[in-house]
Amino acid sequence: MEIVAAEGLRLDLDVFDYLILVIYFATVLGVGFAARRAIKTSADFFLSGRSMPAWVTGLAFVSANLGALEIIGMAANGAQYGLMTLHYYWIGAVPAMVFLGIVMMPFYYGSKVRSVPEFLRLRFNRPTHLLNAITFAIAQVLIAGVNLYALALILDALLGWPLWVSIVVGAAIVLIYISIGGLSSAIYNEVLQFFVILAGLIPITIVGLVKVGGIDGLFDSVRDSRLGDQALHTWQDTASTANPLGANWIGIVFGLGFVLSFGYWTTNFAEVQRALSAKDMSAARRTPIIGAFPKLFIPIITVIPGLIAIITIRGLGAEEGDLVYNNAIPLLMNDLLPNGVLGVAVTGLVASFMAGMAANVSGFNTVFTYDIWQQYVRRDRSDEYYLRIGRWATVGGIVVGIGTAFIAAGFSNIMNYIQALFSLFNAPLFATFIVGMFWKRMSAWAGFWSLLLGTLSSLTLYLLYLADVVPFNSDLEESFWGAGLAFVTAVVVAVAVTLFTPPRPENELRGLVYGLAGPTTSGQAVLAADKVWWRNPVLLGTIAVVLAFVLYIPVW
Amino acid sequence: MADETNRPDDDMLAQGEELERRSAAAKLFDVRLVIGGLFVVYGVIVALLGLFDSAAEIDKAQGVRINLWMGLAMLGLGGFFLLWRWWRPLQISVPEPGADDDQRRPGGH
Repeated sequence: MEIVAAEGLRLDLDVFDYLILVIYFATVLGVGFAARRAIKTSADFFLSGRSMPAWVTGLAFVSANLGALEIIGMAANGAQYGLMTLHYYWIGAVPAMVFLGIVMMPFYYGSKVRSVPEFLRLRFNRPTHLLNAITFAIAQVLIAGVNLYALALILDALLGWPLWVSIVVGAAIVLIYISIGGLSSAIYNEVLQFFVILAGLIPITIVGLVKVGGIDGLFDSVRDSRLGDQALHTWQDTASTANPLGANWIGIVFGLGFVLSFGYWTTNFAEVQRALSAKDMSAARRTPIIGAFPKLFIPIITVIPGLIAIITIRGLGAEEGDLVYNNAIPLLMNDLLPNGVLGVAVTGLVASFMAGMAANVSGFNTVFTYDIWQQYVRRDRSDEYYLRIGRWATVGGIVVGIGTAFIAAGFSNIMNYIQALFSLFNAPLFATFIVGMFWKRMSAWAGFWSLLLGTLSSLTLYLLYLADVVPFNSDLEESFWGAGLAFVTAVVVAVAVTLFTPPRPENELRGLVYGLAGPTTSGQAVLAADKVWWRNPVLLGTIAVVLAFVLYIPVW
Repeated sequence: MADETNRPDDDMLAQGEELERRSAAAKLFDVRLVIGGLFVVYGVIVALLGLFDSAAEIDKAQGVRINLWMGLAMLGLGGFFLLWRWWRPLQISVPEPGADDDQRRPGGH
C-alpha cells in the first residue's frame, strides 16, 4: 500500500499495453475515414442525416458526458465526500434526462431545428439566438481546450509524455476523425468509447473490492476511516449542512437536482445534438432515457473506486503532489492492475478524454456553421459551401482549443474556473426555455433579456465569490446559489418584460410551445405509446426514475 | 410539414427536406462490426496474456486472474455484437416517404 511519492504515478507499460492503445487509435481513425462515404450534405455532416437508431444515440448521449474530467472528478468526490457523490448521478442526472426525453424532445425534434440556439431563434428572436449561439460556441472551444490540457497532464503523470506531445496527438486524432467523418464519426466513436471506458475501469473495481474484502469489507473500513459513517449515507444527515457535502436537502433537491441538472441536460447542445441525429421522433425521445440506464450504474466504476482509494492508499487527500484526490483512479491503476488490463485502462482514460472533447467540437462546428455563419455572415450559399465551412470550423475550433490548453497550462486553477463558470450559464438558459415552452404569452424580447440578465447575475455572483466579497463554504455551495439566483432572475425578468412587450402571433409558435400543437407535438402524439412497450418513452422513463429511488434505499 | 406552412419565411428549415432526399446517410456502415471487431481483438490479446501471467502479476491483482477473466469478458462482448449483427443485419433502407420505420429499419433493437 506504500506509495513512493516521486515516481508514484508512473505506470510501467509494456509492449502489449502500447499495442492495445495503438489499436484503439487506429480504430478511431478508421471509423472517421469509413464514415466519410455517408456524407453528401451538410445535414449528413452535422446531424448524421437524422438516421441513427436509438441505442446508438442513447449510448453516445451518456458517453458525451463521460469525459475523463467527469470520471476522475467523480472518483475524487467519492474519496472526499463518500456516497453523497451519488447525488450527482441519481437525483442530479436521471430525472433531467427523463424530462428531456418525455417533455422537451417533442419540441426539439418536432420543430426540425438543427440546434438548440435555432430553437431560440424560432421561439424568440434573432438577438436571443445570436447571444446564445456565441456563448455556446466560446464555451465549447474553451472546454475542449481544458479537456485537452487535462489529458496532457494525466499522460505526463502516467506515461511520462511531454505535455505538448499529448496535446498535439490528442487534438490531431479528434480533428481528423471529426473533420472527415462528421457527427456520425463522433457518435460511432462515442459508442465505442463507452465500452472501452467500461472495460478499462471495471477491473479496478473488481480487484479493488477483492483487496478490501468485498462491499461489506469496504463499508466497514470506511466506517473506521476518517470519513466515518456519514460517508455511507446519502440523505440521512441532510437536515442541516453538517454532512460531507456541506449541503442540506433543499440545496440538493433544488440546486443540484433541479436547476443545475435540468440546465445541463436539457439545454446543452453538445448533449441534445445526439438526440437530434436520431432516425425518428420515437428514437429521439428514447435517446436520453436509454442513456439514463447506464448513468444509474456508472458510480460503480467511479464512486466505488474513490472509496477503495481512500482506504487502500495511505495519505490520499494531500493538498498537492501525487496524492491529491484527483489521482485516485490513476493511483489504483498503478497499485492493482497487471500489464494487459492496465493497457485497457489507460486506453479507457484516453477514450474518455476523446469522447468529451469530440462532443464539444461537434457541437461547436454545428452552431458555428448553421447558427453564426449561415445566419449572420454568409446567407444563401450552396449546401456544399456550408459543408466546407463546417470542416474548416472543426479545424479552427480545435486549433483555438489547443491555444486555450497552453494558456490553461500557465494557470492551473483556470480550468476549474472555466468549467464552473459555464455550468452556471446553463441555469438561466433552462429558465428561459422552460418559461418559453410553457407560456405562449412570453414575448420575443423577454427571451433576450431573461437570458442576458440571468447569465449576468450568475456571472456577477461568481466574480464576487472569487474576489472574496461574498463568502461561501465551498465552490459547490457557490454553484448551487449561483444557479438558483440565475434561474430566479431569468424567470422574473421573463415575466416582467413580457408584461410590457407584445406577444408573438400564435400561428408563429405552433410546434414550439406547449398547448399550441404542431403535428408532432400535439398531446396525442406526445402521449401515444409506441407499438411495443419497450419502445415507449414514458414507460422507460418511469422505470429509470423509479430505479433511481430504489437504488437510494440501501444507502439512505 | 407544419413548419413550412407556419413559418414559410424560414428557408433554413425548409431546405431540410431537400437535404434529406439527397442524404447519403444510408451508406453509413454498421457500428456493431467495429465494436465487435475491436473487442474480439482485445479479448484475444488480454486473455492470452492472462494465460501466461506470472505469479507476480497475479499477486499484484490480489490473486485474481484479472487478465484472463477480462479477456474472456471482452471476447464475449465482441462476440455478442458480431452475433447481433449477423442475426439482424442492417438492410439498405430505400427512403420511402411515409414508410413505417418501426418495422422497416433494422438496428433499432
